[in-house]
Amino acid sequence: MKSEITKITTHISHNEALIFERSQTGRVGYRLPPLDVPEKPINEIIPVEFQREDDLEGVPEVSEVDVIRHFIRMSTWNYSIDLGMYPLGSCTMKYNSRLNERVARIAGFANLHPLAVEEESQGAFQVIYELQESLAEITGLPGISLQPAAGAHGEMTGIMIIRAFIDARDGKEASARRRTMLIPDSAHGTNPASAHLSGFTVKTIRSTPEGLTDLDHLRELCAHGEVAGLMLTNPNTLGLFERNIRAICGIVHEAGGLVYMDGANMNALVGVARPGDMGVDVIHLNLHKTFSTPHGGGGPGCGPCCCTKELEPFLPVPRIVRTRSISDGVNAAGENATEFKLDFDRPESIGRVKAFHGNYGMMLRALAYILTHGYDGLREATEAAVLNARYITHGLVADYEKPFDAPPMHEVVFTDKRQSRKGVHTLDIAKRLIDYGFHPPTIYFPLIVQGAMLIEPTESVGHQELDQFIEAMRSIAREVVEDPELILNAPHTTRIGRLDEAAAARRPVLRWKPKETDTEPLAVASG
Amino acid sequence: MLGQIGLGSAADLFQSIPEDLRLRGRLNTPAALSEIELLATFESMARQNTAARRSSFLGAGAYSHYIPTVVDHILSRSEFFTAYTPYQPEISQGTLQVIFEFQTLVCQMTGMEVANASMYDGSTALAEAVLMAERVTRRSKIISSSAVHPEYLEVVQTYVQHAGIHLQQSLYCTDTGTTLTESLAALDDQTAAVIVQSPNFFGCLEDVASLSDAAHRVGALLIVAITEPISLGLLKSPGACGADIVVAEGQSFGVPLSFGGPYVGLFATREKYARQMPGRLVGEAYDKQGRRGFVLTLATREQHIRREKATSNICTNEGLIALAATVYLETMGRRGLQEVATQCAQKAAYAAKRIGGLEGFSLPFSAPRFNEFVVRAPINARHLLSMLAKDRGITGGLALSRYFKDRPNDFLVCVTETNTRKEIDAFVEALRSITAS
Amino acid sequence: MANVPENLHYSKDHEWVRVEGDTAVIGITDHAQDQLGDVVYVELPKAGDEFAANDSFGSVESVKAVSEIFTPVTGSVTSVNESLADEPEKVNKDPYGEGWMIKIRMSKAGEVDSLLTAAEYEDFTKAESE
Repeated sequence: MKSEITKITTHISHNEALIFERSQTGRVGYRLPPLDVPEKPINEIIPVEFQREDDLEGVPEVSEVDVIRHFIRMSTWNYSIDLGMYPLGSCTMKYNSRLNERVARIAGFANLHPLAVEEESQGAFQVIYELQESLAEITGLPGISLQPAAGAHGEMTGIMIIRAFIDARDGKEASARRRTMLIPDSAHGTNPASAHLSGFTVKTIRSTPEGLTDLDHLRELCAHGEVAGLMLTNPNTLGLFERNIRAICGIVHEAGGLVYMDGANMNALVGVARPGDMGVDVIHLNLHKTFSTPHGGGGPGCGPCCCTKELEPFLPVPRIVRTRSISDGVNAAGENATEFKLDFDRPESIGRVKAFHGNYGMMLRALAYILTHGYDGLREATEAAVLNARYITHGLVADYEKPFDAPPMHEVVFTDKRQSRKGVHTLDIAKRLIDYGFHPPTIYFPLIVQGAMLIEPTESVGHQELDQFIEAMRSIAREVVEDPELILNAPHTTRIGRLDEAAAARRPVLRWKPKETDTEPLAVASG
Repeated sequence: MLGQIGLGSAADLFQSIPEDLRLRGRLNTPAALSEIELLATFESMARQNTAARRSSFLGAGAYSHYIPTVVDHILSRSEFFTAYTPYQPEISQGTLQVIFEFQTLVCQMTGMEVANASMYDGSTALAEAVLMAERVTRRSKIISSSAVHPEYLEVVQTYVQHAGIHLQQSLYCTDTGTTLTESLAALDDQTAAVIVQSPNFFGCLEDVASLSDAAHRVGALLIVAITEPISLGLLKSPGACGADIVVAEGQSFGVPLSFGGPYVGLFATREKYARQMPGRLVGEAYDKQGRRGFVLTLATREQHIRREKATSNICTNEGLIALAATVYLETMGRRGLQEVATQCAQKAAYAAKRIGGLEGFSLPFSAPRFNEFVVRAPINARHLLSMLAKDRGITGGLALSRYFKDRPNDFLVCVTETNTRKEIDAFVEALRSITAS
Repeated sequence: MANVPENLHYSKDHEWVRVEGDTAVIGITDHAQDQLGDVVYVELPKAGDEFAANDSFGSVESVKAVSEIFTPVTGSVTSVNESLADEPEKVNKDPYGEGWMIKIRMSKAGEVDSLLTAAEYEDFTKAESE
C-alpha cells in the first residue's frame, strides 16, 4: 500500500547561532535564594592566589527564554527515533519508552547518592540485583557486572578478565607467551582497540565467501599456541548467524584460549538462543541497543559484562550480592538484616573499571524494559526484529546487490555495486535517503564489504513504514539511472548540505573564541 | 508479512541457528507488567532508599546541586534523547552544535585550549589521561598524589595494569591535607605525568602551579583531576596554573545523583596534544554554499579507523549528559556560576567554623578549602553518622574509614548552595547533642 | 590515469624516491594520494631520526583513513617538509613536487637499484587493482 505521507521539506527554525554569539552582558537565566549564612570576605575563605582572575570571561550571559529557544531550535535540526525509522545496522535503534524515562526520574532513585550507606539504599541495590538475574537468564551466563559504562568499556572488561584468567591458570610466564587475540576481519573497531588495552596483539581471521568465520584459518591460527582468545560477534556484523559457533568455541578452547562475544547483535537472539549455551565464555551487552535505553546523541550507554562461573572471580569489584531472602523474616534484634550488600572481597578481581556503580540510570530503564515486555514480549521483539530485516531484504534484493546468500538475521548488508557502475556510491545513496525523510543506514561498515550499507530496522517499525523505506530505496535506484546528479548533490532538503570535512580536519576549529582575539583556526600540530 | 517473504511461521526465521541451540521453553524472567504495575514495583523499591529523601552533607565525588527546571525539559526533547551519534551531520546539527558549545564551555571553565565531546566520567577520564601522557612522553612512570579520590585511583590502576605503566603514589601531608612538592621524591626524567586533584578528596586546595613547575622541570606532564567543578566558578583554572591535561567529573553541572550514573567525564588539554586525545571531537565546517555547520572531526584518532592503534577504544560516550551540562552552564551563565560557587564556599566556611567550635570536634587539615572539609569527631565516625541518620534524619557526610582505615573518627562533610542555614544549624546541633550524651 | 614520472624509483608501498647525490627525496605517489582522498594531516619524523629500509617513518591521514608510510632506503633524515603541517593538500596537488615528505642521507649503497622503475610500478598498480 503506497503511503501518502511525505516529508515536510521546509525548515521552520531560524539559523540559530552559537550561544556565545547570543550572549549579552547582564542577562541572567537563574535565580538563587540570597545567601543565608553570615557573609565573610571571600579572601578570608579562599586566599587570593587561589582565586580566578579571568571573571569567567567568555562564558555566556543569557536569559531563560534565550536558553529555551536556543536549544529547542537546535533540537529541530536533528533526526531522531521518535521521528521515524533509523535503520542503522549494529545500532539497534528501537523505541525509547517514555515509561522508562519516568521510572528513571523517580525521586527515590534520582536523588540517591552512590555512597549512601547500604542499609539506606536497598531499593537501589535490588534493581541492580534483579537486572543482573534477568541478564544472566537471557545470556545463559551467570556472572554479571553492570559497572562498565558502554559497550567498548564492557569489552575492555571482558578481555581483561580473559587475561586475568589465563594469568591465574597458567602462571605469569606461560601467560606471557599467550598474547594473541584473534579477531575477524568483519569486527567492529572497538574490538582490536579493546584487545590492545589488555596488552594483546591482534591477528585477523578471514571470512569465507559465505560471510562466516573461516574454520580452517581459525585452526591454522590456533595451532601456533599463543592464542589467548577469540573475539567474535554473533550474529556477525553481516547479520549472519555463525552456525558453526559450537565448533568455533571448541577449536579455541582446545588451543587453550577463551571466547569473547561482542553482544552488539543480541537483538537477534533474546529469548531465542543464548550465548552461554553456544560455548561462549564472556560477552558484553549494550543496554543502549538491545534493551532500549536511549542513545542520547552519543550516550550514555551501559555495557554489562557477563561471564561463566569460572570467570566470575575476575569480574570488577565490588559485586552486588544478596545475603538473605526477604522471607527469612526479621532477626533477633527485630530488624530486617540487609538483604543486598556490596561485596569487596574479591581478591582475583581485575579491579574497578568505573567509580561508583556504573550508569545506574540506564539500569533502571533496562529493567523496566525487561519487565514491560515480560518473557513473551522479549521473544516477540526478537522475532519482529528479524522478520522486519527479512522483509526489507525481500523488498530490496531486486535493485541492490546482496553480497551473501544466507538469510540475514536482524540486519542485512547490501552494496552499491550496481549503482557504482553509474558513478553513484553508497555515500550518495545515503545522502539522498535523507531527502526521503529517513536516516541513512550504517555505511562503509563492515570493512570487508565494499560500499556496505548495513540496514537494521529493529522491531519498532510497522509494515507501513517498512514499505515506505523500501519504496524510497527503490526510487533512488531508479534515480541512479534517470537522474544521477540528483543523488550526487543530495541532500537537497536539509538546513545545510554536505560539509567539507577535509577542510575541517586540516585546520580544525574545535571551539568558539571571542572576536577580539585572533580567530585563526587552531593550528593542531603533531603531539 | 511472513507469508510475503515465503516463510510459514516465526520459527522459520531462525533456521540458521542450529536446532539444539534454540530455546525450547520460555525465558525464566518475570511476566509482563502493565504501566500501573510497573510503576508500583519501582516506586516500592524507591521508597526503601531512605537516604534519598533527606538533608544531606555527602559529597566525595558526587554532589547535590540545584538543577534548574529547564535542564530536564530540554533533555526530554525527542530530538535530543532519541537521536544517535551524529554520523550524518546534515541531520544531526542539533547534537553537533550542542557538543561544540560543550567543548567550548569546558575549555573556558578549565582554562585549557581544546576539549573533547565527553568521556564516561571523571574516573575513566583520568585513566585515559594517564594513557595519553604515556603516548605523548613515551615514558611509563606516573606519580599520583594520594589525595586523589580513591575510586579514581583504583580505576587508573585497572587501566594501566597491562599497559606497561607503573603507578606510584606520593603521600599527602597530614597537617595541611595537601600534596607537597617535596613529597614527589620519585619525580624524575622517567616520569610521564604527575596527577593531582584540586580541590582534593579531603576538600583541600592544592598548589597546582608549584606541582606544575616541578613536573615540567623533568619534562613530565601535569594532569589535574577535579571532582567538584563548581569550584571552577571561583577558583583559578588548572590551565592558568600550567596543567597539561585536565579531567573532571561533570555531574555537578545539572546532573542528578542517580546512584552514581550516568555522569559525564570532561577532558581538556593543550592544542599541541589534540591529536593524542581520546574521544570524539566536533569541529566547525562549511558546505558548498558557505553555510556554517559542525561535524565530527579528527576521526583518524579513533577506534573505527585506527583500530588497535587508536587513542582509545571509546565509542559511545555521554552525549545526553554533556547536553545537560551545557544547558546548566548556559542557564547559570557567567554570573550564576560565580554565585553558586561563592554560596558553596560561604556556607561551607560557616559550617566548618561552627562544627570546629563544638566540644570534642576538630578540623584536622589546615589548607584552604572550597566546599568540602574533614571533621574529626570524638567518637567513631561511622557510628556517629549512623545515629545522625537514624535519629535525626540527616546524612552527615562520608566516614573516611570507607577508604582510609587509619582514620576511624574522621568524616568528610560537603556543603552546597542547597543546604540552608537552618539545615546546617540543625546538623551542628545534632552533632553536639549526640556526642554530649 | 595516475601520473608516474620516469626519472623516479618506486616501492611496492607506493612511495617514490628521487636520488640527489647521496640523498633520497621521498614522498607518496599520485596513485597513493588518489586512493587516500583529500589528505588532512601528515605525521613526519624529525631531522636526525634514523630508519632502516622498510621502516615506517610516519603516516598520512585523510578524513576517513590513515596509512603508514615506509622508507624504501636506510639512512638518517636530513630534512622534513614542514610546509605540509599547514598545507597537507600539497600531497594531493603535487605529490612529486611540493608534496615531498622527507630527505634521507642514504647510508647503504645500491638500495635504490632494487626498487621498481616507472614502468614496473605502473604494471604493479595495474595488477593490484585487478
